[in-house]
Amino acid sequence: MTANAVLRAAGLRKEYGRGAALVRAVDGVDLDVAAGEAVAIVGASGCGKSTLLHLLGGLERASGGELSMAGERFDTMSETRLARLRRNAIGFVFQGFHLVDELTAAENVELPALLAGVSPRAARRRAADLLERVGLADRSRHLPSALSGGQRQRVAVARALVNRPLVVLADEPTGNLDSTATTDVLRLFDGLRRNGHTLVIVTHDSRIAATSDRLITMRDGAFVDETRLGGGARRLGSLAGLGG
Amino acid sequence: MQDVVLALLAKEPSHGYELRARLQHALGPLGDALNAGQVYVTLGRLEKAGLVAAQRVGQTDRPDRKVYELTAAGQDRVTAWLAEVGWAKPVSAKFHLKLVAVAAAGLADPVAIVDAQRRELLRQLGDLQGAALAEPDGSSAALLLEGAVLRLQADLRWLEACARHWEREERA
Repeated sequence: MTANAVLRAAGLRKEYGRGAALVRAVDGVDLDVAAGEAVAIVGASGCGKSTLLHLLGGLERASGGELSMAGERFDTMSETRLARLRRNAIGFVFQGFHLVDELTAAENVELPALLAGVSPRAARRRAADLLERVGLADRSRHLPSALSGGQRQRVAVARALVNRPLVVLADEPTGNLDSTATTDVLRLFDGLRRNGHTLVIVTHDSRIAATSDRLITMRDGAFVDETRLGGGARRLGSLAGLGG
Repeated sequence: MQDVVLALLAKEPSHGYELRARLQHALGPLGDALNAGQVYVTLGRLEKAGLVAAQRVGQTDRPDRKVYELTAAGQDRVTAWLAEVGWAKPVSAKFHLKLVAVAAAGLADPVAIVDAQRRELLRQLGDLQGAALAEPDGSSAALLLEGAVLRLQADLRWLEACARHWEREERA
């Protein structure tokens, strides 16, 4: 156990169905995410990684095991308290953006802050700061329909940060994007990591996984491999294969 | 390397220092392994082979430097190189055969070998991608890094297929 774990899972399980039709979507996962750490969980579709993210974010209840956020158990919390924890401590980024179509970019970012009781003026200021950070200050009054996929995802990242969460959970954040938009979102996540945000990203995109500090491979609901990235200062030229 | 240096000289006669600077600019972070000696050694070989000719140019405050230009034979070699369609081999037969041999002899767990290989490629991907994200948009080095990243992504997908195959074999 890490002393400064922000998010912690122990023996986490999620099962669907019963008897012969029993599916172990998450099958005994232990995970400590330290403050400021970026963790990527990769695996083929159906390996259980999205279910795991839903459990870590309190969006679904586990079948077994323990979950805690900054030392506080939340697998046993009431729905009301869990909803508050989700709102205040966790930022979510989804593959499909999940923006409200009728609200402008700025209003989408403000919304979770207003729901958390932040004053309208402070919420507006936070939204403006965050949209500037994701490079969309000049798009704040646009509706999502007037934004490209990459821009929508950047709005979604700004929204995820508005309540200054302890951890940001992202589910295939580049899944719906073309190559250029993917690069924009990669830059953004790389920037979040450098700025000390705590991130858990589940993805099958090895590019976004490669921006993390630690990369975990999941198969059949369990962690099977772990890689630390960015440790050694490799001479990149050795990869270029330019012989004499 | 010889072909590259010859092609760079097609624009205009040049000296070793400038050629190296042009190579480093085009390679960006991937040019860090390129030492000065490599360019000078290559130029020396090309001169001996009659593909370039060197002229000494005096400098007031430093030793003379050699300016190289393409000979007719050098021009021909550049033209021939442009028509070549050689490419890095797309098939990693050696790695595939390693897994087959390991599984047949029960020497080790093929899936563990795939995982070790994947860790190495992921580390390379992380390093290359970090460098790619740091490059300004539209730089030629960014284009080179993009190629490396796309290739590694494809290799990683193949390793995932290898892992699935050998896991099924183990269960059977």
